[in-house]
Amino acid sequence: MSLFIDYTLNGIANGMIYATLALALVLIYRATKIINFAQGAAGMLTTFIAFSLLSRGLGYWWAFVLVLVIGFAMGAATERILIRPLHGRSELNPVIVTIGLLVVFEGLAGAIYGNASRGFPAAFSQAGLRVGNTTVAFSHFDVFILIAVLALMAGTLVLFRYTALGLRMRATAFSREIARLLGVRVGILLSLGWGLAGIAGSLAGLLVAPTRSFGPYYMDLILVYGFTAAVIGGLESPVGALVGGLIAGLCISYVGGYLGSGLEPLGALALLMVALMARPEGIFSRPPARRV
Amino acid sequence: MDAATIVRSVRLPRQPLLRHLPVALVAGAVLYVVTLRLSSYNVYQVGEIAAYIVALVGLSLLTGANGQISLGHGAFMAVGAYTMALLMNHTQSNFILELAAAAGVAAAAGLVLGLPATRLKGPYLAGMTLLFALAVPSVADKWPATFGGDQGLTTTVPTAPGSLSAEEWLTQIQIAVALVVMVLVANLLWSRFGRAFRAVRDDEIAASLAGIHVARTKVMAFAISAGCAGLGGALLSLSTGVVNTGEFPLTLSIQLLAAMVLGGTGTLIGMVWGGILLVYMPQWSTSLSSDFNLGAGANAYLATIIFGLVLIVAMIAAPNGIQGGLRWLWGHRPRPGGGGTAVPVPAPTVD
Repeated sequence: MSLFIDYTLNGIANGMIYATLALALVLIYRATKIINFAQGAAGMLTTFIAFSLLSRGLGYWWAFVLVLVIGFAMGAATERILIRPLHGRSELNPVIVTIGLLVVFEGLAGAIYGNASRGFPAAFSQAGLRVGNTTVAFSHFDVFILIAVLALMAGTLVLFRYTALGLRMRATAFSREIARLLGVRVGILLSLGWGLAGIAGSLAGLLVAPTRSFGPYYMDLILVYGFTAAVIGGLESPVGALVGGLIAGLCISYVGGYLGSGLEPLGALALLMVALMARPEGIFSRPPARRV
Repeated sequence: MDAATIVRSVRLPRQPLLRHLPVALVAGAVLYVVTLRLSSYNVYQVGEIAAYIVALVGLSLLTGANGQISLGHGAFMAVGAYTMALLMNHTQSNFILELAAAAGVAAAAGLVLGLPATRLKGPYLAGMTLLFALAVPSVADKWPATFGGDQGLTTTVPTAPGSLSAEEWLTQIQIAVALVVMVLVANLLWSRFGRAFRAVRDDEIAASLAGIHVARTKVMAFAISAGCAGLGGALLSLSTGVVNTGEFPLTLSIQLLAAMVLGGTGTLIGMVWGGILLVYMPQWSTSLSSDFNLGAGANAYLATIIFGLVLIVAMIAAPNGIQGGLRWLWGHRPRPGGGGTAVPVPAPTVD
């Protein structure tokens, strides 16, 4: 029973991270109907930048904020330089371009920092909290993860629901042409959407790095788990990303705990396939009407 | 009349088998003579190219003809290679049967992955196959007793007949299989099934109105493509002599995709260029990095970076790949308004 509680707590902490990446994917998918497969690798690269800054003596929180800003700039630049020229072409072309970017980011990190796994510092202690006489598998750092991710989610919701900027972004996602006719500067808002996703991706990178062996490929699995979470949630809804992240986190944690960590990716694949077969539109989206 | 016009005026027969078989036979005869002339290392590389071509042909059929994408064909190659090695180590069966089983098991894996058939498109399929590419190596690592762990499993090349060396015989097998697969796929694309693949790619609703079972067609294309990848993986495992998880990382799947795009998505001959790139790119990048004194650490990643950059640039600037460029030089210029994308664009739809 105590094992079950540990796996559950572990699943919640991981699920929040998957939710962050899912949110990044959702922000981009809503605006441009593209899945950014380079999102995880971008977070990996910015975390390596944080690693360099920290090893040069910069304080953790300065590096933290700086790296989120860099993530924003990278996301916006990716949209402007690589994605916008593809507008109107087949939906496979952006998939291929973002996959190319994934490879370039991982290759750059590998070429500069090498393949060796390193340790990345955590903002808070990673020792389990004590509840009464027992130690549970939930640390101060996990609490920080929970707060950081919920804050990001809340910020996104407020932006979309209560600000004029968010309204314009929603209009752009709904229909580019109509938004443009109404005087919305669509191009800048698309870059902004990718930039916000870049912040979420960088945050995910920073939060994951202390919990696994930190190398050029450490975000690969996080990306696909985040994708699974985003699909469960419906690819269009930030709330769906959060719920999908928790579902994915719990399922993957149980599979890893009871069947062995080597089967986690296979468990996630099964979960994704079940989700696609049972509810292809996701929990929080309605099926789109197809017009001929 | 210049030479190109004369050559162009030679028409190949319209009957698919008559059209494709003679070309394959001539290519096979030429390559047979060539393998006897090359040094043993070059022969070995030609064999590797042939193995990659088999996998690439599957990918080209999937993306070019059916408009689906796979980021997991490296993992299907792993499925084929492990099947081959397991059969070789545990049974005394026929070599051809082992190859067929490798293709069959990979195709079955493709069939299972194709279960959520209605969502077999665009980003959904890309994400699912990406997850598959990451899941297969970790499953193989999970049971080291069966799959050999880091050491992997060994494969053995069948004994060469007559005076042929082992490399020559292996390479001739690989070339023969590659040619057979290319002829079969060329005929398939020419047939009712090929037309159904393209119809589904261009417009699913129109295809279903024309009586095509859209989901079944997509799953079939995916399974055939996975089978080709499995066969390619089995052939490749004969070259390397060993099958382990390190051979089939995610980057392999992505390099296959890059090679397909560069070769010319949807073409079969273009996959020859793709196979050549896959085998020689690591060599070229090694010499490039030693020219620029990049050091051993960067060297290992340079090929990866080049593949990624080329993928991005090709997608934005030259989506028809090498074969598309050659066709353009040859005079098959697309009419104004047609072509221009690697993956043919369906008619614009209203959201």
